[in-house]
Amino acid sequence: MLDAIKQPWPWYVAGALIGLTVPYLLLVGNKTFGISSSLRHMCAACLPANIAFFKYDWKKEIWNLFFVGGIALGAFIAAQFLSNPDPLVLAEPTAEYLASKGITDTSSMLPPEIFSWDQLFTFRGLIFFVIGGFMVGFGTRYAGGCTSGHAIMGLSSLQWPSLVATVMFMIGGIIMTWFILPTLLTL
Amino acid sequence: MQNTFQEAPRGALNPDLQARELDAMCVNESELQHPWWYNLKYAAWGILFGIVFVKAEIVSWFRIQEMFRFESFHMYGVIGTAVVVGLISVLIIKRTKAKTIHGEEIHIPNKEFNKGQIYGALIFGLGWAVTGACPGPLFAQMGAGFSVIIVTFLSAIAGTWVYGLVREKLPH
Repeated sequence: MLDAIKQPWPWYVAGALIGLTVPYLLLVGNKTFGISSSLRHMCAACLPANIAFFKYDWKKEIWNLFFVGGIALGAFIAAQFLSNPDPLVLAEPTAEYLASKGITDTSSMLPPEIFSWDQLFTFRGLIFFVIGGFMVGFGTRYAGGCTSGHAIMGLSSLQWPSLVATVMFMIGGIIMTWFILPTLLTL
Repeated sequence: MQNTFQEAPRGALNPDLQARELDAMCVNESELQHPWWYNLKYAAWGILFGIVFVKAEIVSWFRIQEMFRFESFHMYGVIGTAVVVGLISVLIIKRTKAKTIHGEEIHIPNKEFNKGQIYGALIFGLGWAVTGACPGPLFAQMGAGFSVIIVTFLSAIAGTWVYGLVREKLPH
């Protein structure tokens, strides 16, 4: 049993559990599924700076912070006790492409060639951590939600603006992956 | 914090809720007030969620590369299944007029269209492919022990904060 859990979980198990988050949150507390709002609540809690967008009672949304805290804890448990001893099995063409860019270490979830502390003060670190993270935080709030809020909650409740946002998420990702990353990875 | 049923005003009567609903998919006003430990039910599901994120390798930068390069079905399978399960659940909840476990009527706010869903979502997509993480996986990557992701996370908070700062000047 534990051996089965330690293997990577198939997409349909993960997808079903993630999908069940929608009714769970609605049924236990009338909450609509979303994660990126937690970033806004942290701004409102820590540095509202008299900005109208952050002047609200963030404590009323504190459930969202409990939820993301749980995500971090769950990930810790999975990484400590349930982790797969084998390296990630990457699609052959992706592996070949990344290898041609010098990314060969697939032993963990993130390539150590990019995501490590010694890359932080390099140009690469600036782009992959600082600018990348900034675009995620800025973009998600400007879009009014992230993958969970728009692609899963929004599409599940048939909201067409969420379909627009989901399509644009994909277009942004495709532009970056095909036209910009090939250059960034060689920096 | 009290465990009594207190009415909180909705919509137009409640500017605080209006402020929170602004540019958010993820806001809902419960009419009830609960003690803080009721929030543990969200933390509990969050833990399961975090385990799923790691075990299905959704938090992996490599899986996101595969997805955007169209070289693996995995992430499409995950998101597609999640949407189908979510869609069926919402349909059942609406059909049966199901109530919450506290007997409240379930309310799913409608999302108004604005240009942010084009420009903002495009910026988000660009960032997603670089970092390999949307906000959920950011928390999971930090929890799984990738300490350097704290920098990405703080940058994401900075991005959210700057959005709040310049919000009025952006096309919506």
